[in-house]
Amino acid sequence: MALCTECEAEIVLDASTEIGEIIQCPDCGLDLEVLSVQPPELAPAPEEEEDWGE
Amino acid sequence: MKIGILCSLIRKEEKLLFDEFRRRDLEFIRIDDRELILDLHQRQWDFDVILERSINHSRALHTLKYLNDCGIKTVNTYDVANTCGDKLLTTLALIREGVPTPKVSVAYTPESALQAIEQLGYPVVLKPAVGSWGRLLSKVNDRDAAEALLEHKETLGSYHHSTYYIQAYVEKRGRDIRSFVVGDETICAIYRTSQHWITNTARGGIASNCPVTPDLNEISVRAAKAVGGGIVAIDIFETPEGLLVNEVNYTMEFRNSIDTTGVNIPAKVVDYVLEVAGR
Repeated sequence: MALCTECEAEIVLDASTEIGEIIQCPDCGLDLEVLSVQPPELAPAPEEEEDWGE
Repeated sequence: MKIGILCSLIRKEEKLLFDEFRRRDLEFIRIDDRELILDLHQRQWDFDVILERSINHSRALHTLKYLNDCGIKTVNTYDVANTCGDKLLTTLALIREGVPTPKVSVAYTPESALQAIEQLGYPVVLKPAVGSWGRLLSKVNDRDAAEALLEHKETLGSYHHSTYYIQAYVEKRGRDIRSFVVGDETICAIYRTSQHWITNTARGGIASNCPVTPDLNEISVRAAKAVGGGIVAIDIFETPEGLLVNEVNYTMEFRNSIDTTGVNIPAKVVDYVLEVAGR
């Protein structure tokens, strides 16, 4: 379990979660990047950059 | 076989690709572009193939150039990324290969851009040459809007916005087509439907299955080959005169298109990556 960096909600990572994946805090809606799965560690997701895309 | 996947943030697409490699017991190494240090003098990279899935165009572009110069096979290649990552270069490639595409003019100053807009006739669409997900697209309906937009771009925009890419507006009657090409085959396609003139699914466009007709397959494969081939997604307008290729994307997103089309897109991508590795 990890805590949301904004609202400290308790977040349990899904078994299929990947490092680098963006998840949303179910309580406050903040986008969070998964820095580590074991142990779970979260950080605010990076802001969208001008050259992001497909 | 040593497979690398260049990426940073992991979207749904990367997860699906990881799952497909794992399902086949194929090991891969994730190369996070945020941690990458490229010693440009060091040319020894021990990979059979690297699949590029970076969310940043600039990082993808430079890393692919380096890797291709080192002799590493990549999907896609630097040349494809360079062409698809710049709308001006994409349009030039399509025109060179005779692929139907909307009329485009390019200008470098607000004054010449205004002249180019008036020559094309309203409405037009101004797009940043580099950009994705429908960001900063502007439909310009009249001269007042054109003057305001050009002044804003000149005053507020970075230098990227000083190349004015001006496309004739195509009335798409609420939808366009996104086709997916892998190698020589259009594997599937979707309609993207929206009440807004921007139909990108990243901007709320709704995906539904689009049958791959011989015409759609032909123009899609021709567009893919025009930009250098590989794995690309083609955005296409339907017009009374026929299909027109709008854009070509080289790190395609497909999360909304697997269930919609019934085609296992990650499997097709992995098949192609293995084929390239074996060449």
